[in-house]
Amino acid sequence: MSKFKKKKGGDLPAISTASLPDIVFMLLFFFMVATVMRDSTLMVANTLPAADQVQKLDKKDRVMYIYAGKPSDRYQEKFGTQPKIQLNDKFATVQDVGAFVLAERASKRQELQNVLTTALKVDGETNMGLISDIKQELRKVNALKINYTTRSGDYTQNLK
Amino acid sequence: MAKRSAPEVNAGSMADIAFLLLIFFLVTTTIETDSGLNRKLPPMEDVVDPPIIKERNIFTVVVNKNNDLLVEEGPMDISELRAAAVAFLDNGGGKGDDACDFCQGARDTSSSDNPEKAVISLKNDRETDYKVYIAVQNELVAAYNELRNREFARLYPSARLSYIEADRKYSDPRTSSSEKEALKPKLDAVKALFPQKLSEAEPSKTN
Repeated sequence: MSKFKKKKGGDLPAISTASLPDIVFMLLFFFMVATVMRDSTLMVANTLPAADQVQKLDKKDRVMYIYAGKPSDRYQEKFGTQPKIQLNDKFATVQDVGAFVLAERASKRQELQNVLTTALKVDGETNMGLISDIKQELRKVNALKINYTTRSGDYTQNLK
Repeated sequence: MAKRSAPEVNAGSMADIAFLLLIFFLVTTTIETDSGLNRKLPPMEDVVDPPIIKERNIFTVVVNKNNDLLVEEGPMDISELRAAAVAFLDNGGGKGDDACDFCQGARDTSSSDNPEKAVISLKNDRETDYKVYIAVQNELVAAYNELRNREFARLYPSARLSYIEADRKYSDPRTSSSEKEALKPKLDAVKALFPQKLSEAEPSKTN
């Protein structure tokens, strides 16, 4: 009756791990592709307001970002709690916005210089005064295309 | 009979499967882009003599420092703003040259003549919250979009798209250029029917 002899539990074949590197590489590539690099570390609170009538922002190389909001917790001791503007990696005043836009514009390729959009990533709790000041500065340097960056959602979320 | 262990599974093709998956994800994932409300600021140069706009063609929206809304000199809840803006833009009260043949509004003579002339004026306080301002902007853009959707469906029923979808398709880089060329005149025609005339006053410092 050796034909129907029960197999012993001990000799299970080992699972081949030869493809493990492939799987790891696959995951690596996937995350390399799917992650968005943040080009500047946020130093301000940045809870964007919600809107549902949104349009997609232009290609990344045609956009310059201006952040504004209350300084984050670890900067509050030094900079206070009043909303501030952040350009690149540092806090800035309203007067710096024009120079920033001109510098950004000069760093772009010639054919893109006239189609640049300024994305305003502003925290929802900010007062409009600051935003109006930024807009005035943008008008002075003729950067007229702006985008109020929002997250998608119903407008009623803003009213709470 | 000799004792037989289970044959090992051939793993040679595993790499191919992995690459297949990798390529699949490469093709299908799109990097998330930011989205928001696009606006155009007015140029800085001073207008020599500003055009005279009749009072009835201006829809004033004021947001005060307590985030309350004042629309056409009366308080209003933001949930009613979209409908009020649609009623104003679509009113079509003009006669003769100013008549609006596609408007479906009340044709009230004390409201706007036609969408071409209707201007929405938005004024806010320096103390207004940004998120409330965005909510108001959102509702006003929604009013324009609602009317444009309606006109797009009326003029181009064969497209089976709403204005928003058509606009999105037009700005999508994956749309072929021949499709874009077909869409552009339609979009422009609808935009011309309801031009977005949203003017912003400089914010007031007090009250």
